[in-house]
Amino acid sequence: MPWRPPTPIEIYQLLPQTNCGKCGEPNCMAFAVKLINFDTTLEQCPPLIEDKSYAKNLEKLKALLSPPVKEIVLRSPKRVVKIGGEYVLYRHELRYMNPTAIAIDIDDSMDRDSILKRIEAIEKFEYEYVGRKLKLDLIAVRSVTNDPKQFAKTVQIVAENSTLPLILCSLNPTVIEAGFNVLTQEHRPLIYAATKDNWREMAELAKRYEAPLAIASPGDLDMLVSLAKTLSEGFGISDLALDPGTLIGVNGLAYTVKAFTWLRYKAVYDLWKYAGYPLIGTPISVWSSLEGDVMDKMWWEAILATLLMTRYADLLIMHSIDGWVLLPQVMWRFQLYTDPRKPVAVPSGVREIGKPDEKSPVIVTTNYALTYSIVLSDIEKAKVNAWLVVIDTEGLAVDVSVAARKFTGEKVAEVIKSSELDKKVRHKVLIIPGKAARVSGDVEDATGWKVVVGPVDSSEIGKFIEKMWTENKLKELLSQ
Amino acid sequence: MSRDRDELRKRQNDEEESKRYAEIAGLLAKIAEALEKGVVELYNIELAFDEVELQIPSSAIETLPIPITITPPPQKVAEAKPETQAAIAIAKTVEIVGKKVVELMRIGFEEPKPNFTGKVVEVKIGATKSEGGTRETSFVLGGHELPPYYYLTGYKPPHLPAFGGDTFDMKIGLPRAVRQVFGDALDNPEEWARVWVKKFGAEAIDIHLVSTDPTLKNASAEEAVKTVDRFLQVVKTPIVVGGSGNPEKDIEVFNAIANAFPSEGLVINSLNLDMALEKVCPNIAKTNAVVIDFSPMSVEKAEEINRKVYTWIPRNRILLDLNIGGIGYGTEYGFTTMERSRLAALLGNELLQHPFNVGAANAWGAREAWMTMDPYWGPKEVRGSLWETLTCVICLLAGADYFMVLHPLTMKVLKSLREYLFSDPKPRDPEKALSWLSTKLPVV
Repeated sequence: MPWRPPTPIEIYQLLPQTNCGKCGEPNCMAFAVKLINFDTTLEQCPPLIEDKSYAKNLEKLKALLSPPVKEIVLRSPKRVVKIGGEYVLYRHELRYMNPTAIAIDIDDSMDRDSILKRIEAIEKFEYEYVGRKLKLDLIAVRSVTNDPKQFAKTVQIVAENSTLPLILCSLNPTVIEAGFNVLTQEHRPLIYAATKDNWREMAELAKRYEAPLAIASPGDLDMLVSLAKTLSEGFGISDLALDPGTLIGVNGLAYTVKAFTWLRYKAVYDLWKYAGYPLIGTPISVWSSLEGDVMDKMWWEAILATLLMTRYADLLIMHSIDGWVLLPQVMWRFQLYTDPRKPVAVPSGVREIGKPDEKSPVIVTTNYALTYSIVLSDIEKAKVNAWLVVIDTEGLAVDVSVAARKFTGEKVAEVIKSSELDKKVRHKVLIIPGKAARVSGDVEDATGWKVVVGPVDSSEIGKFIEKMWTENKLKELLSQ
Repeated sequence: MSRDRDELRKRQNDEEESKRYAEIAGLLAKIAEALEKGVVELYNIELAFDEVELQIPSSAIETLPIPITITPPPQKVAEAKPETQAAIAIAKTVEIVGKKVVELMRIGFEEPKPNFTGKVVEVKIGATKSEGGTRETSFVLGGHELPPYYYLTGYKPPHLPAFGGDTFDMKIGLPRAVRQVFGDALDNPEEWARVWVKKFGAEAIDIHLVSTDPTLKNASAEEAVKTVDRFLQVVKTPIVVGGSGNPEKDIEVFNAIANAFPSEGLVINSLNLDMALEKVCPNIAKTNAVVIDFSPMSVEKAEEINRKVYTWIPRNRILLDLNIGGIGYGTEYGFTTMERSRLAALLGNELLQHPFNVGAANAWGAREAWMTMDPYWGPKEVRGSLWETLTCVICLLAGADYFMVLHPLTMKVLKSLREYLFSDPKPRDPEKALSWLSTKLPVV
């Protein structure tokens, strides 16, 4: 039986039922509905949290809403990263919760300058997309020297110069311990990793420092879950993460995909607790296991990252810091973790960009958030004053909405009418996207406006307007 | 009253007991520590060993240090003083107790047992001489009874995905990365197709008859037939014939092509709900051609078009295209629509039991795939090919069967991935999987 959300009634019965409205909802039932859709959290109900008489109910509610894949918190003094906390195998069954965290490695053989440079590159990585800033999440400090002192030194430099939570990577418990010794209590790094050979010592460290512990058991699922059972039940360590091994090539890749799939399946469909932990993928593996030049390795690291992210990895450890390897990862991650129940759309209507007047161009686009924000930023970048007509394509991009008949003359006419755009401009000329050329006739018929087919990509809008939007051209156009 | 007294006594006993255990545990810890330091001095100690062994309560487990490496090398034991030897004996006891507490709890991983009853139809692409056509190769897609890449024991996916190369029958704007690999061959579509097959191992050729678009060249259906004929002469793989996307014109073109090549096992790309299906399906039905039903990112529309097309064309001659956008541009819609459809198909929804087609070239529409960006983001040629490759990887995981590919590098990677993913999931040298941990890696 896969995980199922509780019913609103089950939740409601445990809520204060006072309809006090402190959560922002009109009543407790509405709050219950929001809770089971994961549109709000228990913390939004102050009485439940503050009033001790509800303590038992709070615990029950937490249990009812707790995910079959445990949520693990990693922390630095400045940032918190959550991994896991997942409920479903397929995103359409609910949605995926905590976006796959991406960690970049730093090793303890690097000199101080290289470390600082790498930290800067990791921290500065940022790509703006649909109005969001896509970034990297963690730093994985690896011990290649196997020297505790050297490792401690490196961890210290990283901790002092970065804001990100850490992963301490070594199979040698003494090395890991040395790393902990230079970290303040505000740090909650992930220990990577307990294996079939060192699990006792690693468990001790995890207990002593109250840190989450990764279990690595490449190629052996039995051992992986045996360790999960032993560490959780024998040692009482609740925060674990599982790495079944990122193997590549013939047999290896198939094994990896199988292991990730089986683990997540057992966690959310069979609610098997020993599989119910965040999964760790290590695309960095290609750097030591793959023959070939650097370019090949980067290429395969990118492929593995995308593949594992799509197949349930909650945390990825990577080596490449190159923009082209990481860019598709952070973009795909953003998409994969959007809520499939809610199209990423903006309201339709007319937007004023810059200071448009009665002579300014009227540009048409769709209400897909991505399309809208790109067109908006391109018009702004080109410093064009314009009226932007956003039509309701149900959150579809231009080409898709044209193919799906959601980009129609009628939709354009609707917006022009409701916004009284014809009273704001005098020219009655519409610029439609190049990818909507096919519907230009339809738009002309439905609106009675003259249609000009604009560039295929909005980055050309500036040039297009400069060339096209002149008095002479307009006269020529309108006289046709 | 007596019950209370009993409880009180019991509690006192418990307290005493745990005090004793704590003492023992503390002593053992000291011994362990001393042994580690190599200094052993024990005074005034009386120990009954069997007591130590048997009476460690579970509550003491957490406080008990678990010695792992305290047994000194044997030769030292022989030389050790009697006190040391006694201490070692105690330490061994500790170790045994410790081991008992944290013994590995071995369990097995039972493989998932999902319950699926549906099956995706098997669709034959291309027709060889023995099958009535002139192709040298043909292949079958579909036949799945489980979601992609579940690797359950005893189940082998009956047919692998296949990869076709995109060509266009007239000059269109192509990414520089594509122009670089094909060079002059792009001037001649048949040569382009030949290079795809001979040099880059395309398993089928996709001809996109863009020239028939009324807003472009508006080439006639007869001209389209001639183009397809030339392709059929030059390449001997199965051929996928794509129209211009104009619903009226495509009907003309597809009808003419179906009539002209009724036995080649062509794939008609594509039918959609905006077309007057009754004007084209009966004709295609008379041939051995396969059709692609196109339903952009909609499961409901997919059911609708399939139901209509069934009126004329048998189920095993239909592929489904749910559309895909490049990463950052609607990929998640296509991905999820594919996952939803395939799961529904395997749960028994017969309207969705069709192999998937993917137009990977859409990936190049992503701005990040073609735009010149700050050098940090790498050359656009690299980004473009990677975008197409990764978009395909995502579709592969959603269960896609046939890929129309624009760049040869994408095809190369897809072929490797297919080989890897369809091999036995048995790891070789799994220990090596952790070598990244301790290897110094080049920093680029």
